[in-house]
Amino acid sequence: MSNLESSYDTSSLFQLTVTRFRLFLREPEAIFWTFVFPIILAVGLGLAFRNRPADVLQVGATSAHLTQALNSDKGLTASTMDEASGGKALDTGAILLLAIQKGDSVVYRYDDTNPDARTARLLADHAIQSSAGRHEAVRAENLLVHEKGSRYIDFVVPGLLGMNLMGPAIWGLGFAIVEARQKKLLKRLVASPMPKWQFLASFILSRLVMLSVEVVVFLGFAALAFGVPFRGSLWQLAFLCVLISLSFSALGLLTASRAKTMEAANGLMNLVMLPMWILSGVFFSATRFPAIIQPFVRALPLTAAIDTLRGNMLQGMNLGQLITPIAILLAWLVIPFAISLKIFRWR
Amino acid sequence: MADTLIRSNATAPLASVTQNAGPSLLLRGLRKAYVDVVAVDGIDLEVARGECFGLLGPNGAGKTTTIEICEGLTEPDSGTVELLGLNWRTGAAELRQRIGVQLQETQFPDKSTVSETLRLFRSFFHRGISVDESIKTAQLEEKRNSRIGGLSGGQKQRLAMACALVGDPELLFLDEPTTGLDPQARRHLWDLVDELKKAGRTIILTTHYMDEAERLCDRVAIMDHGKIIALGTPQQLIASIGGEHIVEFAISGEIDPALLTAIPGIQSHRVDAGLHQLSVSHLHTAVPQIFAALTAQELHLSEFRTHSATLEDVFVGLTGRNLRDE
Repeated sequence: MSNLESSYDTSSLFQLTVTRFRLFLREPEAIFWTFVFPIILAVGLGLAFRNRPADVLQVGATSAHLTQALNSDKGLTASTMDEASGGKALDTGAILLLAIQKGDSVVYRYDDTNPDARTARLLADHAIQSSAGRHEAVRAENLLVHEKGSRYIDFVVPGLLGMNLMGPAIWGLGFAIVEARQKKLLKRLVASPMPKWQFLASFILSRLVMLSVEVVVFLGFAALAFGVPFRGSLWQLAFLCVLISLSFSALGLLTASRAKTMEAANGLMNLVMLPMWILSGVFFSATRFPAIIQPFVRALPLTAAIDTLRGNMLQGMNLGQLITPIAILLAWLVIPFAISLKIFRWR
Repeated sequence: MADTLIRSNATAPLASVTQNAGPSLLLRGLRKAYVDVVAVDGIDLEVARGECFGLLGPNGAGKTTTIEICEGLTEPDSGTVELLGLNWRTGAAELRQRIGVQLQETQFPDKSTVSETLRLFRSFFHRGISVDESIKTAQLEEKRNSRIGGLSGGQKQRLAMACALVGDPELLFLDEPTTGLDPQARRHLWDLVDELKKAGRTIILTTHYMDEAERLCDRVAIMDHGKIIALGTPQQLIASIGGEHIVEFAISGEIDPALLTAIPGIQSHRVDAGLHQLSVSHLHTAVPQIFAALTAQELHLSEFRTHSATLEDVFVGLTGRNLRDE
């Protein structure tokens, strides 16, 4: 036992990794951002986008007759107002649409770039035409879907997971390395017989251990609280999380490989992560961006990461089906790592 | 085989290899230029085993560049560096195991404790002293479980020293070990270096404090503008300026220096910021004659003092500048 202990004790890789852990655990903010923040975010989004009955849309009309017709639709609440006050109500967003009586005909005033207003236009027209005696040519029925796995929370959890794999890997590695450089600790370490690869390996090892805790806590919460589905293999999901974390660690290493001050490092990290926060489809599908920038969006590591996570969790795809984003992640692992080893500044 | 041999030495305070012949450090024609300045301009140096050697000079003299070349942290433009009979190109891994290094302004992580930090550094070395022993040597017993953020400047410096000692080095480099410390912490650190000297370790240190070099070093090299301008024991260097006493005075008017240097026992004269400085070998005969000369010129003395010559005076004599000016 004591033998085992002492051999652990004298292993420099073990000591370096334990040091990383200790320093992380003694930083309360780091614990908040790594473990608590993702859960708060998931709860917030879960509440904001929880499934509730379809909204009732507020509309206005200039005659009591029209108002009555509009109120006959369950999806609309109408009130009577003159044209001037109706215009004001439109401007302030109190109503989405104003139906104006012009003799026998009716004019709809609304903002056609607002999807809710467009919906209100369809419902309002249908209600007014029906009350005027129009009949449907084809009989139609509705079958409503509120299935797990197709809700917004199901979509956003893999996105948040990808984001949470990116942030700590890049920040954790970047800040710790640049701080050690700024405080001349790196220089002191290379003046000792420490094997340099072990220094970098200690970051990766400690990241992987923390990663397993983070991912289990976050996904466990998502599964218990929201019933988010896991349709793919859990082992493959674990593999993907490790691969994604390693890729972002390589990127973190690259951003930290030369910066001499925390300010410079912070700027670089934001420069690296900002495009991904915006473009990589954490909160909405990345396919919404124009076709011209799609190749760029697709090539970002966070896009590839989220694609693989959604593929696994929501669509139950296996690694073979996800080969393209996996290849992109591997490239992001190998290339930045090779470059940073070449350009890394130890002092 | 070799491994067991090394391990069997682990308990001895100093490895037996120290007794090998040949210098601990050998520098030949060392040169290093940066974009805007030649930091090291042709340095030759030998440091014997067991010696405590000081590189003394003002800030910017090239001391740190020189010591960092020796430590294998900076690549010289030209010249050879040999430590313990090895060089950095072919023997780096072995050298790292056998030397101890304390750099200027290393900040260890504030949230680590003293013993954690030492355990980390100890893990890099195949052989060396125990963590407890290093804590005891650096007199940090009461602080062993304190976080580094709560240590005083002197304690941090002693921790840096302990980190340099955990590998039981044959050759120890200390770069400005007492810069920025209060007088008490400095004396504390000097006592620590004294202990290391007594144990027979080779120590190479840089400093811009004359008293430190005089107190600690067996031999001193005075550096200025990347060159060694004087080399010897502190006593030899002080003797080299001719007089072992310094007389300083300020007067109301001007005096012809020739009147002063004509006095027997006065070796040299210079004026620095209105203060006349004389290097004097026989104080008791020279001082009355200085007073007489000043009275004859009807000059009034506003300040007068004498002290034994120090390395500071050696530097002033060689460069015409004060060490602390820069």
